[in-house]
Amino acid sequence: MNPGLHQALIAVYTTNTGPGMEPVATPFFFYLLSGLAIAGGFLVITRRNPVHCALALIVTLIAVANLYLMLYAPFVAAVQIIVYAGGIMVLFLFVIMLVSIERASRDRRFNRFWPVGLATACGLLALFVSAFVKGRALFPDRMIAIPEGSNTQQVASMLYGEAGRMGQYTFAFEIASLLLLVAILGAVIMTKKKI
Amino acid sequence: MPNFVMSYLGSTVTPGEAGNQFWALVYVLIIFAGVSLAVVAMNWFERKALAHFQIRLGPMRVGPHGLLQPIADALKLMLKEDIIPAEADQFVFWVAPLIGLLAAFTVYIVIPFGPSQAVSDMNIGILFMLGVLSLGVLGIVVAGWASNSHYPLIGALRSSAQMVSYEVAMGLAVVSAVLMTSMKTGTGTLSMIGIVESQQQQGIWFIFKFFPLGFVAFVCFVIAMIAETNRAPFDMAEAESELTAGYHTEYSGLRWSLFMLAEYAAMIAVSSIAVTLWLGGWLRPFPNLLRAPAWDLIFSLFPSLTFGALAAIAVVGAMRMPAHSYFKVQRIGLAAFAALLGLIALFLLVIAIAGRSSDATVAARLCEGIDYVYWFVLKVSLFMYLFIWCRATWPRYRFDQLMRVGWKVLLPITLVVLILTAIVGVIVP
Repeated sequence: MNPGLHQALIAVYTTNTGPGMEPVATPFFFYLLSGLAIAGGFLVITRRNPVHCALALIVTLIAVANLYLMLYAPFVAAVQIIVYAGGIMVLFLFVIMLVSIERASRDRRFNRFWPVGLATACGLLALFVSAFVKGRALFPDRMIAIPEGSNTQQVASMLYGEAGRMGQYTFAFEIASLLLLVAILGAVIMTKKKI
Repeated sequence: MPNFVMSYLGSTVTPGEAGNQFWALVYVLIIFAGVSLAVVAMNWFERKALAHFQIRLGPMRVGPHGLLQPIADALKLMLKEDIIPAEADQFVFWVAPLIGLLAAFTVYIVIPFGPSQAVSDMNIGILFMLGVLSLGVLGIVVAGWASNSHYPLIGALRSSAQMVSYEVAMGLAVVSAVLMTSMKTGTGTLSMIGIVESQQQQGIWFIFKFFPLGFVAFVCFVIAMIAETNRAPFDMAEAESELTAGYHTEYSGLRWSLFMLAEYAAMIAVSSIAVTLWLGGWLRPFPNLLRAPAWDLIFSLFPSLTFGALAAIAVVGAMRMPAHSYFKVQRIGLAAFAALLGLIALFLLVIAIAGRSSDATVAARLCEGIDYVYWFVLKVSLFMYLFIWCRATWPRYRFDQLMRVGWKVLLPITLVVLILTAIVGVIVP
């Protein structure tokens, strides 16, 4: 067990909840959840059966949601579970179950796109390495002390602003929802020949 | 007694907030045992009530009035041969009931049985409940697929389409209630305990707030919640006239009973959401208006009166047993059950009187806690009866009708209610 990590997590914990309350087995849960997320991600790309892949992906998503909880972002964790694990993955399974499993698992996957996949993976790795190397300069020295109890309210005032003041990200938020609406309309038009 | 056991006793927050793992674990065990017991009781009551709706007697043989029937059923299910079809996906078939069960029981962490009678109070309470409950559909979908058979697969497809559709209306109805929590204070809350407390502060249950807006949202939520738990008249996933038993056709024995346990636990959980959001959670009737100590005492007598009434019903049942010697054992058993209920009533009466006549003692805290849990459980039980009532009254929907109700009726209504609630909330206070 890494003592430095333990100390750092306790420091984060005490800035968020006040002194005197020690977290229980925090490094244990951190390694458990990270391990689950990595193992799930590994199974997603190695299993041949698409339903097994989807289940492994759900494990990864839930593990990541719990990591958000450990980072004192409960709202993000809840949204992760509702949107990804609860909503999108059910739709995934819905589609996958209608596919013939025998034929799908015989197909060679990534047969045409593997150079693109390799390039993306290398780019992502480079990004992670650079973030790890330059991390001290890129990120603030300590976490901003937002009490856990008002996380949702903080997210809201970031998005929509305090009373009488526009939020920092209102415009981007609205544009993103417009984009999703366009995507829904596009899907409807593509699937329905006659509207 | 170690410090961590005693230090929580005087506390007025949940064990989760106090950071006391021991009491959190105790609460988890109590809730797990209580919910399992409630599911067993619900099993008996559903069969009896349905039978009486249809002018039948229901279970009568095992124990007086079939009281021991659920125990016999549970034993039978545990001893039955556990069959996994040869062509099934072994691991997924094995894990599917556990997914549903875990999802249904995890949500009980945030259900507030009282201001401090919950495992934990989360800032995201209601979101957590909706999110984790929506994971329950994964168990059904995966079970239907893993069985590698046609009926279960169709049941699973129907169920996933249905649950994804009704979740939208459910979420919008919940948002309109959450919006109401921000009316007087300016900041709303998603915490389950916070929602009930804001109903107390505003002096009104949200079902009556901005009448009829709160009421319409509540009705939409109740319809969506019946669909969400796959109960009649929306039980398309297990429509026995069309799909044998739907997604759990291939399941038998203990695994099948896990599905039933998950379904009933999820029913209690969604009812708890409805009670918390619209019916004032643990609050007794008129907590602000009738505030005198005398009223406190009167309302504290209700738990013991309820158990007394149940005991009286059992006594009448014992007296009306036929005189034939065959019924002698049953009569004795029912009389013993009546005595047990009477003892509980007496115990609750003593606690109520002792707790309300003195203050700042263990008895006072115990009495308060029993009151909170009693009113919460009473409201949830009414919902459980509503589930049975709906099942007995309405015929099953056709699937296209089900989708039409979800997307073309419930969704527009809840959207309009949400917008109107926001407008009225800005204009009125």
